[in-house]
Amino acid sequence: MKRLGIVLALALAVPAMADDSMPPAPWAYRQLPDAAQEAKAKALMETLRCLVCQSQSIADSDASIAGDMRSQVRERIARGEDPEAIRAWLIQRYGDYVSYEPRVTALTWPLFAAPVVLLVVAAFLLRKRFAGGAKA
Amino acid sequence: MSETPKAPRWTLWLPLALFLGFVALVVFGLVRPKNNDIASQMIGKPLPAFALRAASDDRPGLASTDLAKGKPRLLNIFASWCIPCRAEAPVLEELRRQGAQIDAIAIRDHKEDLAAFLQRYGNPYASIGADDVSAVQLAIGSSGVPETFVIDGKGIIRYQHIGDITPDQVPEMLAKLKEAGQ
Repeated sequence: MKRLGIVLALALAVPAMADDSMPPAPWAYRQLPDAAQEAKAKALMETLRCLVCQSQSIADSDASIAGDMRSQVRERIARGEDPEAIRAWLIQRYGDYVSYEPRVTALTWPLFAAPVVLLVVAAFLLRKRFAGGAKA
Repeated sequence: MSETPKAPRWTLWLPLALFLGFVALVVFGLVRPKNNDIASQMIGKPLPAFALRAASDDRPGLASTDLAKGKPRLLNIFASWCIPCRAEAPVLEELRRQGAQIDAIAIRDHKEDLAAFLQRYGNPYASIGADDVSAVQLAIGSSGVPETFVIDGKGIIRYQHIGDITPDQVPEMLAKLKEAGQ
């Protein structure tokens, strides 16, 4: 009986974690009636990073700020806004951090250039071996 | 294959040097303290337009135009459900005592909860706007509570402080406020 009491107390305990008790934003957990718009919103939400749970996309997160971001994404898509414009709006506020879609910028171009450079260098280093192979 | 290699001797050490460099990089990444703060990119830009209803009965709501009236102000993003905000409340009171004007945006807050919070921890705010769906929070590039922005007299965001302001950071905040007034 005592054990049951402890289990019940644990199950009913309010977590000490700080979070609000407000109802979620209107479109946080509701799909848009238009399937095409919802698909667009979903695709965008999957590539936007949650700000408080930084390894999740806002589509995956249950944090209230992620819900608020989803709601805003759906509202904007419903209004006919372009998904990339919404992404740009967020990047303008939070930087590239908020997007999972990598962009080529002054900082990131080496990432995109490196494979090409390595291929060129490898071809240069191995040119003799290829030539030798052809002769043999 | 009897040819002796032509590469100079030191190149023998190159792979080891590369490997050690890689290890150093990994150790550096592991040892470096983790920083999850996401700085707002809105510093130096005008505050986006907004008008929020009053979050409490005894303070007016907050509109972006209220923050462009000539005098620099602090804009505190907080909530009654936010634990560090409790620790920050007396520090904000101290800032107010030393002449700072503080306006606030309460994120996703119930009126009763907020009233209880202000009753218990003090109310240093000139006005408190209610942001029920984090809309203004997202618009100014804030990612959590508490955060404090310095807004100059023209409504330009000048500075962002992430997390609660600790007592030893009071002079710094006052300096930022003064700087924004120049």
